[in-house]
Parts: sequence; structure tokens; C-alpha cells
Amino acid sequence: MTDATQHSGPMLAADGTPLKRSLARALRMQKIRALMLIAPLLIFVLVTFILPIADMLFRSVENQIVRDTLPKTVIALQDWDPASGAAPGEPVFAALAQDMKIAVEAKSHTRLGSRLNYEFTGAASLFRKSGRKVKRMDLDTDAPFKETFIDIDKKWGEPEIWKTIKRYSPAYTNGYFLNSVDMRKGADGAEARPENQRIYIKLFGRTMVMSMVITISCILLGYPVAWILANLPMRQANLLMILVLLPFWTSLLVRTSAWKVMLQQQGVINDTLVWLGLVADDARLIMINNQFGTIVAMTHILLPFMILPLYSVMQTIPPTYLRAAKSLGANNWTAFWRVYFPQSVPGIGAGSILVFILSIGYYITPEIVGGTKGVFISNRIAYHISSSLNWGLAAALGTILLAVVLLLYWCYDKVVGIDNVKLGG
Amino acid sequence: MKFRSLTAIAATTALCAPMAFAADIADEMTIVSWGGAYSKSQLRAYHEPYSEKTGTKIINDDSSAEAVAKLRAMNEAGNVTWDVVDVVAADAMRLCDEGLAMEIDPDTQLAAAPDGTSAAEDFGELLVSECFIPQIVYSTTFGYRTDLVGDTPPTSVCAVFDTDAYPGKRSLEKRSINNVEWALLCDGVAKEDVYDVLATEEGQQQALDKLATIKDDVIWWSAGADTPQLLADGEVVMGSTYNGRLFSVIEEQNQPVAMLWDAQIFDLDGWIIPAGLSPERQARALDYIMFATDTQRLADQAKYISYGPARASSAPLVGKHADLGIDMAPHMPTDPENAKNTFLYNYEFWADYRDDIEAKFQAWLSQ
Repeated sequence: MTDATQHSGPMLAADGTPLKRSLARALRMQKIRALMLIAPLLIFVLVTFILPIADMLFRSVENQIVRDTLPKTVIALQDWDPASGAAPGEPVFAALAQDMKIAVEAKSHTRLGSRLNYEFTGAASLFRKSGRKVKRMDLDTDAPFKETFIDIDKKWGEPEIWKTIKRYSPAYTNGYFLNSVDMRKGADGAEARPENQRIYIKLFGRTMVMSMVITISCILLGYPVAWILANLPMRQANLLMILVLLPFWTSLLVRTSAWKVMLQQQGVINDTLVWLGLVADDARLIMINNQFGTIVAMTHILLPFMILPLYSVMQTIPPTYLRAAKSLGANNWTAFWRVYFPQSVPGIGAGSILVFILSIGYYITPEIVGGTKGVFISNRIAYHISSSLNWGLAAALGTILLAVVLLLYWCYDKVVGIDNVKLGG
Repeated sequence: MKFRSLTAIAATTALCAPMAFAADIADEMTIVSWGGAYSKSQLRAYHEPYSEKTGTKIINDDSSAEAVAKLRAMNEAGNVTWDVVDVVAADAMRLCDEGLAMEIDPDTQLAAAPDGTSAAEDFGELLVSECFIPQIVYSTTFGYRTDLVGDTPPTSVCAVFDTDAYPGKRSLEKRSINNVEWALLCDGVAKEDVYDVLATEEGQQQALDKLATIKDDVIWWSAGADTPQLLADGEVVMGSTYNGRLFSVIEEQNQPVAMLWDAQIFDLDGWIIPAGLSPERQARALDYIMFATDTQRLADQAKYISYGPARASSAPLVGKHADLGIDMAPHMPTDPENAKNTFLYNYEFWADYRDDIEAKFQAWLSQ
């Protein structure tokens, strides 16, 4: 008692510093050490994963190219009223001539042409053609430039190309995002695209619905398999496990092509059905190059991602629980549904998240077996990345897809709870 | 003593390393192409003789399908690892526009014909872009199953749209290019007006409406190997693909398939040299191009694959297939017998309209 009253000040550590501070320091040291240990991985993930993705996503709004290539023109265009219905005056054309002269030197005019061609059909050749002529132009003697440019191509004399340049002159644009939701930048803000150009909303919807169907089919097919695996004696279970894993080790393209051989109209299944007389020879079933083909092939490909987490969760459920339930009078179904199933839900959750997210991003399989109705939004993203080179639009579509996935993840967390997901033990 | 020898080794390595490195660059080059039979024909006609002549080691990369996107990414990263790239003409134009390919002067950087004709004249109109060195003329055309068309084999491309006379599925490429041209041709538009009509909203709709008449009978392909496989399996009655693929189905695999050359659409494939190579690598690439696109070499390639050489002076030199021993001239898309009715892909038009028409086409497909 007396001891405590003597030291009424802060408690001291052995070296005389206050215990609180000494403890905090020790904790801090520990944290830094832990951080140092994970630093290599953190830096690796940051440099190779997060930064490139951030850079790609940034392209969905970035639009420096117009003002970088035509700086003077963009400034001169500020005074022009697009509603006037006529092309701008000579000062704008003079600025264009100066800008183009520099751009042709740097060969950046055609790059701008391809950029603007996404918004204005014909811009690519307009800039390519004008660049060739501007090369031979003399800035001091060739004025007035308005006529010269209209001579090169009459499109320069119409307001449309100027409207496009003016509309896309800010350094950042929402144009790509509008494009990805089937809209476009019109005269007064955003407007819907004409009916015959709308595609992305439909594809987003289709991607979500089909991924859900694939996830549900994986649950229905995978659950019994995982149950058998978890309940068989070790030796047979291992053998079955190899059967589950074998397709996993086979090339994706081989498995997809195999489905083609199986499902096509002259394929194995149709041949068998015709031979059995179940289907007439002239009425063979169409099972591929449509949504059915995509669902079948992708369910098969993604099935291991459902079975493995289910299996590892089911293995931890003691068989005694089921026996206990039955000894207390439950019939088979009640014992399963009230005792076994709730304990396997974390496995279903983990498997579903894996399968759903993987299938949203799949594009090779839908491309091969999907025909026209079975392709996903990722097929369009791949097209814009590798074929049309419209990376801004691809980035915008990718950003929306990412946002939708995060939103679904959030919903899942609210409804099921993310703590309720287990990959094993 | 030990320390000394170590420093000596380190010093020699340090001295030799840059030299060895420079020598490596000049002695090794990466050539990008399409893979498969096509790459093999280039290997035998170009790469092997070139390596023999110069000792240069050639590394093959089968990435031409993604060449444009990959070159753009390499260029942005400032690390171009390819020396010569095989692309179709439309991609070459795109790469040239983007500043990703270097411009070539045909008169100084390409070999003249043996009779002295300049390269520019020998290639003629096929030099469609400043950056593009043409190599072959190929065509996208139709093949049909001889056993599924009855007694009246098709002679016109419009048989594709005639599901009454030729019932069954047909395969078409899953993109607008070529299909819309054929649709308009078979909807009564004159050949010379096709691109003028396609430049209008109504013309594009007309093409899609014509395609809509067979939409339920079409299997859409995205890889060149699809149609040959579909034909071999009897899944389709007729289908479009590259003429070299059909040659291999007919002559090498002996399938009951025949060519329908009518309204074949000519296209070009050739080389580009990426922009921004180091001087040594650029010199090597130019040296290779000079060698590989001369008159004899282009004619040699036709021994291994049924694509027409891009030089006028190579045509008379086309001989027999190296392995099958059959005469190659009648299998060339440019052979007069096959080229009675041909259609030339309009590069300028598609560079402008591709984004627009393709968007409408894909929207139409998904409906």
C-alpha cells in the first residue's frame, strides 16, 4: 500500500523511462519490423499490379492529345460559336496551319486523327491527307489558310469536325464513359446513342446474368461431388480428386475446343442422339455458338474452383454431427438441411465468389463457343485493347466492370457477410 | 593472388561485356509473324537463307495477331524488343498513323527487280502506306463442301445469301469488313459503287438488312482456322476464310471442299519495322527487309504456301509446291483464271469507317 502511494507518478520501466512510452516504442518497433517483412511483397504488388491498373483506369478520362497537338487552334476556337452553323474564321485556320506544321514534324497529326476518328468518322484520313499537304505549305506566304484547307478536304469547311475538336479540347473527358453506357456527347451535353449502335448496357447485363447462371450451375454440380469427396475413404477420395483436377491441368483452349467437338451439330452428342433415334437427322440440336454453349463450357472450366473450397470446408465438418442429429430423431433430409448444410455455407460462399468473378472476366471461351448471343463484355474490352486500339473506351468499360464487381461484393458482404467465407479449415 | 585474379576477371568482363552486347544486337533479331504454316513458309523462304548468308540468329515470335496493341505498349514503355513485324496492310497503316512504325523509302531501302525496275514500280499500287513493305497478296474467299451442294456447285458469291438453293449453315467472319461488301454486291449494288454506298447510313443499313436474311444460318468465326474445321466436319456448307487455309484443306488434307473464287477480296500482308530501334538494330532490320523482299525470295515463299507474291516481277518465277510437287500458279488468288471477279479492300475507307461500322455491326449481331 505504502509502495503505491510513494510512486504516484507514471510507472517506470527498468531503464527509467515511463512504462507507457517504453511500451509504445516496443510496439512501434514491432510494427516496423512486420512492415519491413512484408515490404518486398507490398512494393511488388504496388509496382506490378496496382500502378498499372491505376494507369489503365486513368486512361478512361485522359484526353490531353487534342490540346497537346493543336494548342493554338484550341485557344482560337474558344471564340467560335458551334451553334452558328458555319466553319470558324481565318484566325482558327491560321492557328491550325501552325499547329499542323509542328504536328507533322513530330508525326503526331495522324495519331490525333485516329483519336478523333472514334468520335467523328473520317477524321483519320482527314488528318493524314491534310498532313501530307501541310508538309509542303509555307506558313508565311500561303495565307489565307481557310481556302487552302477547304481545298484539301471540304470537311474543314463544315462545322462538324470543328465541333468535335472543340468538344474534345479539355484535358479530361467523360466521353469514354458516356460511350460505355451507350451515350455520346451531343450538342447540349450527354444524349443517348441511336438504337442501332447500342450494345454495351446489354452486354453488361448479359455478362452479369450469365455469370450468375454459371455460378449456380457450378453449385448444383459441385456440391454433390465435394460431398462425396469429403465422405469417401481417403484412397478413393484421392483418386476422385485427381479426376477433378485433371481437367484443371489441361489447356483452356483444348478443353474449350473439346466442347466444340461434343456440342456441334455434327458432333458427338448429336450423333449419339440421332443414332438412338431420339432426334431426327434433319433436326439436330443447336447446342453451341449460343448462350447454352457458353454456359456449358464455362461451367465445366470453372467447376474445380467451386469443388475445391467446398471440399476443404466439408472436410472439417465432423460426421458425428449428422449421426447425432439422426439419433435425436431427424430424418435424412432434416439432418442434412438443418445440420450439415449450414456448416457448408462458407464453402459455397467462397466458391461462388471465385467462380463469379472469374467468369465475369472470361473472354476466350465465350469468343470460341459463344456465337453472337453468348459473348461477354470482356470480349468487347479485348477488342478495343488489341484491335481498335481505343484504349480509353476499353479502360472506361473496365472501370465500370470493376465498380460493378465491387458493388456486388459489398452487397454480398451485407447479405451473407464476408466473415462467413472460408477457403478451408 | 586470388584477389588479383578476381579483379582481373572482373575487369576483362567489364571491358568485354559492352562489346559482346553490341555484337549480340547485330547478330540476333526477333521477327514477329502469324505462326503456323505461314511462319513456316517464311522460315524456309526467308529466315534460313538469310541466316546462312549473314550468320544472324533469327528468333520467331508468333504475336502478329496482337502486334498493334503490343507495339503500342512497348513503345509507351520505351522498350521495343521486336525488329521486324509481319502485319496486314490495314494494321500497318494504323501503326504508321500512330507513329509506331518507321517510314520506308522504297527506292533506296528495297531491292530493285532483276531487270532494273525500281521497287516502287515493281510493288506498284500495293505500297498502300509509307511504312508498309508488301509481301503477299492473299484473299478472303469462300470454300464449299462439294458433297453438300448437289449437282449445281455455286459459281457466284451470292450463293452465300441463297439459302433456298444451298440450305445449311455458312460461316462468316465475326466482323463487318468483307461481309458488308459481299452483302451489298449481292443486293444489286455495282462493284465500283460499294464503298460510296457504304459511306452512307442507309447503305450501312442496307448491308445489315441483307445480312439479316441469313443471320440465323450463319456461324460466325473469329480465327482463320475455324472455317476449314467447320467445312471438314460438315458443320457448314460454305464459309469464308483466307485462301491459303482452303488450299491446305483441299490439297493437303484432301477434304471434299472446293474454292469459290468469285468476288474474292484481295488484301495484303507484309512487313513493318518498328519505330525507335537503335541504329544497329535498324540497320540489321533494313538489311533483312532488303534481302527478304527481293524478287526471288518473294517467289520462293509461294513454294510453301498458296499466297501470291506482291512484286509483279516475282509472278513468272512461281513454281511447284516444295513438298506436294503440284503447280502453285493455279492456286494463287492472282491467277487470271481465279481473278476473273475480284474485289480490292479499300484501306482508306476502312481506316475511316471501321470504328463506326464495326460498332453498328456488333450491335446488330447482339440483337
